[in-house]
Amino acid sequence: MTAVELLPDTATSVVADPRGSHGPVRRGGALRAAVRRPGLVLAVLVLLLVLGWAFFPEWFTSRDPFTGVPRDKLTAPGAEYWFGTDHLGRDLYTRVVYGAALSLKATAIAVAVGFVAGTLIGLVSGFVGGRFDGVVMRLVDVLLSIPGLLLSLAVVTALGFGTVNVAIAVGVASVASFARVMRADVFRARTEVFVEAATVSGVSRPEILLRHVLPHALGSVLVLAALEFGGAILAVSALSFLGFGAPPPQPEWGALVSEGRNYLASAWWLTTLPGFVVAASVLAANRISRALDRDGGDFR
Amino acid sequence: MTASGPAARRAAALRRGGYGRYLARRAAQGVFVLWAAFTLSFVVLYLLPGDPVSIMLNATGDGVGVDPGAVAALRAEHHLDSSLVVQYLYALADAVCGDFGSSIPTGEPVTRAIAEALPQTLALTAVSFTLAVLAGGGLALLSTSVRWRPLRRVLLSLPPLGVSVPTFWIGLILLQLFSFRAQLFPATGNAGFSALVLPAITLAVPTGAVFAQVLAKNLAAAWRSPFVETARAKGLSRTHIQLRHALRNGSIPVLTIIGITVGQMLAGAVVVETVFSRNGIGRLTEESVAAQDIPVIQGLVVLSALVFVLVNLAVDAVYPLVDPRIGRLERRRAPQEALA
Repeated sequence: MTAVELLPDTATSVVADPRGSHGPVRRGGALRAAVRRPGLVLAVLVLLLVLGWAFFPEWFTSRDPFTGVPRDKLTAPGAEYWFGTDHLGRDLYTRVVYGAALSLKATAIAVAVGFVAGTLIGLVSGFVGGRFDGVVMRLVDVLLSIPGLLLSLAVVTALGFGTVNVAIAVGVASVASFARVMRADVFRARTEVFVEAATVSGVSRPEILLRHVLPHALGSVLVLAALEFGGAILAVSALSFLGFGAPPPQPEWGALVSEGRNYLASAWWLTTLPGFVVAASVLAANRISRALDRDGGDFR
Repeated sequence: MTASGPAARRAAALRRGGYGRYLARRAAQGVFVLWAAFTLSFVVLYLLPGDPVSIMLNATGDGVGVDPGAVAALRAEHHLDSSLVVQYLYALADAVCGDFGSSIPTGEPVTRAIAEALPQTLALTAVSFTLAVLAGGGLALLSTSVRWRPLRRVLLSLPPLGVSVPTFWIGLILLQLFSFRAQLFPATGNAGFSALVLPAITLAVPTGAVFAQVLAKNLAAAWRSPFVETARAKGLSRTHIQLRHALRNGSIPVLTIIGITVGQMLAGAVVVETVFSRNGIGRLTEESVAAQDIPVIQGLVVLSALVFVLVNLAVDAVYPLVDPRIGRLERRRAPQEALA
């Protein structure tokens, strides 16, 4: 009940109600929900802003992320340069705005890799069951015992550097948790009466898997995918900070912080502000996914 | 749910045999994890697209116009000219004897490189872990004891904040405030305890936040349980209940996440040691990845699995002693089994 009440409403408070017919009534509910949860509204706004940066950077800044004004190098934040400038006179705000596309692309790839691979492994393992399932789950346990960042680093070593490789590496590190959650849900769905009924009516195993088990087992993994977003932003930015992401002139968020390390004593804004943007995005993503987790739980 | 899973498995394992057999089974599982971690890292590092020999030659900087003889020699040295299975068996046999090969750029044996870096990181992790337990535990106790709602909400919102903030950013902010502005602590290096303070705090933030989250949740659950109601009915003070009853019950599930947490601290050291230019396992990892030094990376993956296994074995050993319910279950069952 709360899910139906709160979740779509907070979305409609920002985006117009697509159905329109219940307009005034629903919008009133949305306002009330928004007032009750100001943190969530703020999180949605932050996420929309960052998404806007990623898709339409030219709407948010008129400067170029790669060419600077040498005369204005290392200017402190102010009316002219909101986030200040770096050692080449490039506007830091512009670089953060353009960096959003790279960092969010990497995050999306990471979550997609973990989601697709993990879900497939969990689905097959849970459906086949038996000894095969035992072996796969032991492997998943082992993957979970290796810290995620270290696993990502090992994959990066093998694949080479770059934004996409970093994204894949971060995704690989989350495959195990997706597989485990998916397998648990497949196990639950498999014993449902309608699956038994489908089996008895002679529906083939692949069809049962895809048409009956998969839709019922997808809920928790989708919530997990939402939860993984914040973690993926963090992991991608950490690997980019360590210098394994895009090569230097590219304005990736972690790399921006890393570039600013040489000016820690003289230009605090070069590390502090891009890092703050990363922290705010992760916080927003986590806040939204927690709301989805809590409210989405009622659907299951 | 995640906390009850391992706990239930432990209880079941303990019921099946005595304490000794329980530990032996746990140790055997640990050996399996080690073997699997080795195999997994072998698969990832040697079988993914990308020729190890060309990576090695690129890493040493003479990738252009290499003598084919040198390539062949390097292949033979690493058994890369034989089949994959043979390569793997060679590597596994060496690893069992404690030989993980040598670093490609420096030629130093992997085990020695790791052994030299390990003490620094162990010191960092130990201090940081203590900090995380104290701060996280304190925060959880405080946030469940405070009854003034606004303060309680602020305290409860701190752990999610700690989990969301990038470690490298915390480190750099601490550096700016306490090394460059206030000049309280040295910015870089390994010298003495004062150089350990800022890195340890940085590394403790995400871990402490996780501890605080788990403990606060368990404390809240304990406060809703009947035994707390009984204690309150007896007229015990809230502080007494919190410390003697709720904390004892609430801290048991925290034990189960220690293994993962310590592993994550080792991984976190990669970022923290880079930020503070400290020597240690993290720095070694960062440098090895930058140089695509495959043997060292493999050694480090196995090391992290070893740490995970050892910490979990220690937790397994302590668990039945800390949680009397597991031991008592066994004792209660024993007479029935004797009768049957």
